[in-house]
Amino acid sequence: MTTTPQDLRTDQTPLAPGAPRSGTTFLGLPTAPRGVGHLRGDRPFPDAARDALRDGQLRANLGHATQTIRGKRAKVVAELPDWQQLRAAGSALKAATMARLDEHLEELERQVTARGGTVHWARDAAEANRIVTDLVRATGTDEVVKVKSMATQEIGLNEALEAAGIAAHETDLAELIVQLGDDKPSHILVPAIHKNRAEIREIFLRTMPRVDADLTDEPRRLAMAARSHLRERFLRARVAISGANFAVAETGTLAVVESEGNGRMCLTLPETLITVMGIEKLVPTWRDLEVFLQLLPRSSTGERMNPYTSMWAGVTPGDGPQDFHLVLVDNGRTAVLADEVGRQALHCIRCSACLNVCPVYERTGGHAYGSVYPGPIGAVLSPQLTGVEDNASLPYASSLCGACYDVCPVAIDIPSILVHLRAEHVEAQEKPTAESVAFKALGRAMSNPRLWRLAQRAAGLGRLVARGRPTMPAALPFPASAWTRSRDLPTPPAESFTAQWAREHGGRS
Amino acid sequence: MSAREEVLGRVRTALGETRAPVPEVVRDYRTTDDRPAAELLDVLVDRLEDYKASVLRCGPDDVAATVTAALDAGLGTGWAPGSVVAAPGLPAAWRPEGLDTDDDRPPVQLAERAASVTAVAVAIAETGTLVLDGTPPCGRRALSLLPDCLVCVVTAEQVVGSVPESLGRLDPLRPLTMISGPSATSDIELQRVEGVHGPRTLVVVLVA
Repeated sequence: MTTTPQDLRTDQTPLAPGAPRSGTTFLGLPTAPRGVGHLRGDRPFPDAARDALRDGQLRANLGHATQTIRGKRAKVVAELPDWQQLRAAGSALKAATMARLDEHLEELERQVTARGGTVHWARDAAEANRIVTDLVRATGTDEVVKVKSMATQEIGLNEALEAAGIAAHETDLAELIVQLGDDKPSHILVPAIHKNRAEIREIFLRTMPRVDADLTDEPRRLAMAARSHLRERFLRARVAISGANFAVAETGTLAVVESEGNGRMCLTLPETLITVMGIEKLVPTWRDLEVFLQLLPRSSTGERMNPYTSMWAGVTPGDGPQDFHLVLVDNGRTAVLADEVGRQALHCIRCSACLNVCPVYERTGGHAYGSVYPGPIGAVLSPQLTGVEDNASLPYASSLCGACYDVCPVAIDIPSILVHLRAEHVEAQEKPTAESVAFKALGRAMSNPRLWRLAQRAAGLGRLVARGRPTMPAALPFPASAWTRSRDLPTPPAESFTAQWAREHGGRS
Repeated sequence: MSAREEVLGRVRTALGETRAPVPEVVRDYRTTDDRPAAELLDVLVDRLEDYKASVLRCGPDDVAATVTAALDAGLGTGWAPGSVVAAPGLPAAWRPEGLDTDDDRPPVQLAERAASVTAVAVAIAETGTLVLDGTPPCGRRALSLLPDCLVCVVTAEQVVGSVPESLGRLDPLRPLTMISGPSATSDIELQRVEGVHGPRTLVVVLVA
């Protein structure tokens, strides 16, 4: 059965009359709407990054964590002699899925329905939140337990449930730390990566009602405090909400990959299970999981296999939830699919390997990106989901070094998509920007030898400012400051190459 | 238009009227593992111990005694047989005397029990993974989740080399649980802590 009441669009963030709910692509496909969910930051990346860079504790926590996980990943990836073949197969499988996405979605719906599940479709975040809220209300409960899920963070489900008087308890340890600390996740896999053990201890002491006052900051003690805090909630929960790592179209099998067992608790004990999933997360056949179940754990936690993977198809009498709902969410994904270069971003399996190798992420952390999807994959996914005008600084939040492409288990060519989105952003500018003016001037100078020599001589004046140092001072006046505030600018040479050539060869070319 | 029709319509618009052919998927990765069976068992034991699970090996005639030893290892000697719940289809010859058997009691009641004993459907050597499939020998999912100590009995013919071989032996319509060591977290400074919400102790009895 599919349900989508037509009145779902009434309960949404108010917009000015006639205002567009969201942008659309050239094919008229809507991007993720504004005013709901967490795909847009409050300020551009460079501003947020500057604050993050000043936080010494944050940089120490991030540096330690990313270095540790990079090492673990490299070790277990090197164990598999066929890693590159698996990567190529993973990439091809995702491309094949996208090429017939409509057919696979219809097949998934048929299979889940045939096994006793109910499938719902949501055009966007607001509609998905409304569907889930109504499903929870129908059970008569006012609290739910949640498995860590990027999709539900993306759509802002917790806030929507809270507004409806429903308490959503995050059960993944890191998500719990973030929720209790009234904080935001900063990493796809380890959302509390920006907090160290002492900060976590302080949050637990402050927010857990029955916590041991002698709690130390030893990770084992902290994990055990979380265990006892959540135990009773698991046992009394009547409704659970999860995401899905994979959905198999031909069988209707859903898969959730996790470590702590909180996922199993949520997927097994409550009477009702609601799974929220982006429409791109499916694979055509059961056999396809043989590729992804090898690629994901090694890329993600750097383990040969994660401790627990749960798989289920619909409802099984006598085992697990007897009421199962699958909510399929678009929220801008079809707009991404319409872009032949950008659609690769939909291949992402949310492993977070690209975050851990990124020199930009390692220094700024995840909050600077503003979206629930940080790091290199976020820099290509968020602007496409929202329309590039709403996340215009993200395609530039990269040095294009390509480390993300090298580690991506499904070989997403992130640098090429970044360049593609930069071009799209530049072409969308109606008025000239400082950059376009500068490059136009440069183009004029470089195509005219006389102008070029004049420009070089003018640049030589910089030597007066540098006073003999090899680099120019950072505190230059605008517009030079736009470059020098975060980069070194070498002091211009005393003489240009052409001037030297003319002097030594008497003007002969 | 319903949301279903609208979303499917958007997908069709995005893909265009003349669709590109579906890219070919080349499966030239390893799908079999031809190492001798004895070597696969050694790999499985190595990986399980790497995850901080304990492994006890025994012959086919000593399973019940070895399960007892496994419970001694997990719970300490002197455990009450009634505090241990076995899967309903666990072979009688594998069961120590006096164990409780799981039935259709509310699953949360299993949280009061000290340990559970189950069989597995498949074990994967290369990743140290046990797969339970919800059939009577494996029990329902709550059984291998709520008691703090889990004892799994694995027989040699259930052990395959790699992930691709394991999926071929499993029924995707059953509720499946892949278990690789005790529950664990690395959420605090990436330092691994074994034992969070799932069983904190995993003991494997390998029958070969």
